[in-house]
Amino acid sequence: MTDLILTPNINRADDFYAELLAAHEGLSKDDSDALNARLVLVLANHIGDREVLSQALKAAEK
Amino acid sequence: MNKIFEVPLYPYERSPDQDAAAPVRHPVVIIGAGPIGLGMGIDLAQQGVKVVIVDDNDKVSFGSRAICFAKRPLEILDRLGCGQPMVDKGVEWDVGKVFFDDREVYKFELLPEKGHQRPAFINLQQYYFEEYLVNRVREMEAEGAPIEIRGGNKVAAIGTHPDHATLEIDTPEGSYNIEADWLVACDGAGSPTRQMLGLDFVGRVFEDNFLIADVIMEADFPSERWFWFDPPFNRGQSALLHKQPDGVWRIDLQLGWDIDKDEEKKPENVIPRLKAMLGDDVEFELEWVSIYTFQCRRMEKFRHGRVLFAGDAAHQVSPFGARGANSGLQDTDNLGWKLKLVIDGKADETLLDSYDIERIHGADENILNSTRSTDFITPKSEMSRLLRDSVLDLAEHYEFARPLVNSGRLSVPCTYDGSPLNSADALDGPIKTRPGSPCPDVPLGDEFLLPKLGNKFILLTIDADAPDVIEEDGVEVTRLALSVKDDRTGALKERYLGHASSAVYLIRPDQHVAARRPSFDDNLFRAAIRRATGKE
Repeated sequence: MTDLILTPNINRADDFYAELLAAHEGLSKDDSDALNARLVLVLANHIGDREVLSQALKAAEK
Repeated sequence: MNKIFEVPLYPYERSPDQDAAAPVRHPVVIIGAGPIGLGMGIDLAQQGVKVVIVDDNDKVSFGSRAICFAKRPLEILDRLGCGQPMVDKGVEWDVGKVFFDDREVYKFELLPEKGHQRPAFINLQQYYFEEYLVNRVREMEAEGAPIEIRGGNKVAAIGTHPDHATLEIDTPEGSYNIEADWLVACDGAGSPTRQMLGLDFVGRVFEDNFLIADVIMEADFPSERWFWFDPPFNRGQSALLHKQPDGVWRIDLQLGWDIDKDEEKKPENVIPRLKAMLGDDVEFELEWVSIYTFQCRRMEKFRHGRVLFAGDAAHQVSPFGARGANSGLQDTDNLGWKLKLVIDGKADETLLDSYDIERIHGADENILNSTRSTDFITPKSEMSRLLRDSVLDLAEHYEFARPLVNSGRLSVPCTYDGSPLNSADALDGPIKTRPGSPCPDVPLGDEFLLPKLGNKFILLTIDADAPDVIEEDGVEVTRLALSVKDDRTGALKERYLGHASSAVYLIRPDQHVAARRPSFDDNLFRAAIRRATGKE
């Protein structure tokens, strides 16, 4: 069983963050919310591991 | 209008019980001649148990109502001797399409596993379903089977006692009383029996209304299940189109909560809605219109002493997934053989507590599934709608999101995991046939496995030795000897052996696995029989 990674794990984190902001640029609030929702679903499928997903939900709830 | 609605199938007739000096005692009285009550009656009468079915009406149900029947109930109907007419009349389908807004998002095939006698699903109006069950009752009566339907018999009062129940029954010719050793209430979601006994029925009400319309039309839509989320013709809501026999189409349109039901039901309001969906040039005739709100709930217990509840009387689910009538028939499948053993004195009445345990397990599974479908179809918050719409958007482009689309998880039988009737699994076999599982069908040359199992305890041996018959404390178990060579398709090995090279299965009369081992062992199988009949 894998644990949710909660230590830095993204290579060139600033670049990723800029890319995330860029994806939302110029979008209405509704379109941005929809983008986030799709992104959550895409990432969740990539992770796949139900245990890790549960841990991620808990971590995000705090 | 279909004539079958008008024909009294079991008109009121005076029973000798009405002229008896003292109330006549019956072994089993069933309240309700709907699909579940009729199924229960046929099951018991086939085993030689005398049954009386009482119903305040005398006709089949009005409107198509339950229309989607799954493989397992069809297998049960085969055992009851009336599966074939249902399959012959029903519309088979295995393709579903999902639409979102104005686009087809994806198409799925049920891809039913090969090597089963019965299809994954048929669509058939409930009135045909009931008519064929009544035909079967008539056929059995002609053969002298102990079954009787009393139409125009409305149960007005019920008295419960430790070893029987009393019924006061109103008829067009006044009321009379009878007694029943066992009373099975199959009187539907509004169960008067449940109300008369003051029993609970708790759960969740979904605040939404659905317009359900049966439309007769000559249209060249294929026999597929089409489901729309947020279509242009019903903005913000959902819609369903499904084919039934005789050119009848089931249309479901979600209407929302805040509506005037009587207004919405009027043809002048229904017809424009249907035209918007079907197109102006499609000619159609309305057969039946209804508006429903649904609930997901169940009784805390299905057994109350000598009174047993089955079908919607015991549990109610949303219609998504066809889990109402399908699960009700599985209730009767579970109860029939147990009641027979208890009535014959071959098992203690505590065996019936396992009906409670097993079918509550089934009801909970159905309620969970249909509640989740409902939450997907009718999102109740802004965020749940956003997530739902995101799933649909992604499903159009990426396969991964398609399993998340939930327009109804279609009825499959439940496995009685953890049932007190199961013996511990002792075979390194397939998970789908672990103790508690419904037996999957297997082709055997020109025949199939399930009809050979029938409705008795069976010792299924696959490349293993065992006695032809074992009798344990009054319960007879007959061997069915098979070899993997009997099935060239490999399904027998894949479904019943897995890694094992031989197997012996103890199979209950409802065709669920009670125990399995690689080989026969007299002591262990006798213990398993005792356990499966509530004696250990």
